[in-house]
Amino acid sequence: MSTRAIQAGLFEIAADGSITLIGGYSPTSAKYHFPLLDTCPYSGAIDVQRVVLSTVATLWAWTAVTSAPPGYTGPVPYGFGVVELVREKLRVITRLRETDPDRLEYGQSMTLVADELPDEVVTWAFA
Amino acid sequence: MGVRIAGVGIHPFGRFEGKTTTDMGVYAVREALAEAGNPAFQAAFCGTAYGGVASGHKVLGALALTGMPIVDVEAGCASGGAALQLAAGAIRAGQYDCALVFGVEKMPKGIIRSSFFEPWREEGGLAATPAYFALRAQRLLREAGLDQRHLAEVVVKNRRNGVNNPNAMFRKAVTVEEVLASRLVCSPLHLWMLCSPNEGAAALVLQKGDGGVQLSAARLRSHLPGSVLGEATPLSGIDDTDITPPSALAAHDAYAEAGIAAADVDVVECQDTDAARELLAYQELDLCAPGGQAKFLAEPTVVVNPSGGLLSKGEPLGASALGQVVELVHQVRGEAGARQVDGARVGLAHTVGRGANAACVIVTR
Repeated sequence: MSTRAIQAGLFEIAADGSITLIGGYSPTSAKYHFPLLDTCPYSGAIDVQRVVLSTVATLWAWTAVTSAPPGYTGPVPYGFGVVELVREKLRVITRLRETDPDRLEYGQSMTLVADELPDEVVTWAFA
Repeated sequence: MGVRIAGVGIHPFGRFEGKTTTDMGVYAVREALAEAGNPAFQAAFCGTAYGGVASGHKVLGALALTGMPIVDVEAGCASGGAALQLAAGAIRAGQYDCALVFGVEKMPKGIIRSSFFEPWREEGGLAATPAYFALRAQRLLREAGLDQRHLAEVVVKNRRNGVNNPNAMFRKAVTVEEVLASRLVCSPLHLWMLCSPNEGAAALVLQKGDGGVQLSAARLRSHLPGSVLGEATPLSGIDDTDITPPSALAAHDAYAEAGIAAADVDVVECQDTDAARELLAYQELDLCAPGGQAKFLAEPTVVVNPSGGLLSKGEPLGASALGQVVELVHQVRGEAGARQVDGARVGLAHTVGRGANAACVIVTR
């Protein structure tokens, strides 16, 4: 496959095409963040450890984008929202596979998936 | 020693084919200077986000009024508030006796494109500003026990007020049903619940001294980290229950500087980029208790957005905050015509946006 990650460093792509998000954890602040940064965004601590984030989350906020925003050439409508990773309690901005907001519910279980955009670009989404 | 607002000027907010930001800035600055009696000013501060390099210099160059320091200030939607804080602070510090503050903008049409976002974030569909507004709106509805009709009611109120504002872009009253029938942009937000980026300019002349309309506070704050749906628009965040939003930080600073409480305010101009943003502001500005939005909307204890707000005026980023202050000056002078809030003596202006940046300004008479 000639797919390419939308941006280096955000996630790892396994041989089977599945992905895992890469984040950071600072023992000083005892908090996770995404994407991975050198400095903890909450405390400024520089003891950030690279972590593979869990793939299981609950739905926290959602909508659908009905017309293409500037710089975006993918399909519309597309789902967009925030999920909370169950283990890390980290709220992550994400695309959502579901494009009809009425079919989603607060707190429902979601799983990380790879999402394809034009030109074989791969990004993350939750389904 | 206080800082007084000696003159104000505004170029209407809207769409003006063939007019440049310089043209509109010249119009507003001329009006403000004339009102103040054309004083010599020792510094100028110009708010703009999309105006480009040296926007303030171009305006004052066109008026042959250069030589003094001219500082162009970008702080997103709060750019004008930031310019005002700088000017007021310099006067209070004794650096200047008189300063000119103005804001100019000519926004592209449609969803705002911002260099704030990396190109990959646009490519991935993660830079759609109204979608972030929608998520914030959905959360507010859930947590404050509100529904879409409350959002529509904010639009109805502001558009009704905008009918009486000759400087507004939209001057037609609308109904709840019409708002809910407008195109769905990002659930729960329909098109008419979102303000239109547009064009305009506003200007103020500040002078050292007391009397007339006082600039009692002008405070800018940025965000504290951690809130995923805050105006800083990070890609992740944590439980933000105890994270004070930038609008509340700016409001608390402004109330403290002016030596007043929210209950002392007679008239408010707040950031209604979308209808939910105004409802959030009620709480952030201490106008209502957390979750008290529905009650405040039904029985307001203070008039909010008598100008029609951004939902009627549109939002020229750099001019927006100063446009609010111009409205408040007209209100506390008793010169707001059909929009006049009876007996208004204390006005609060609030802007918040990209950065995050939030500004709160208090004028008193």
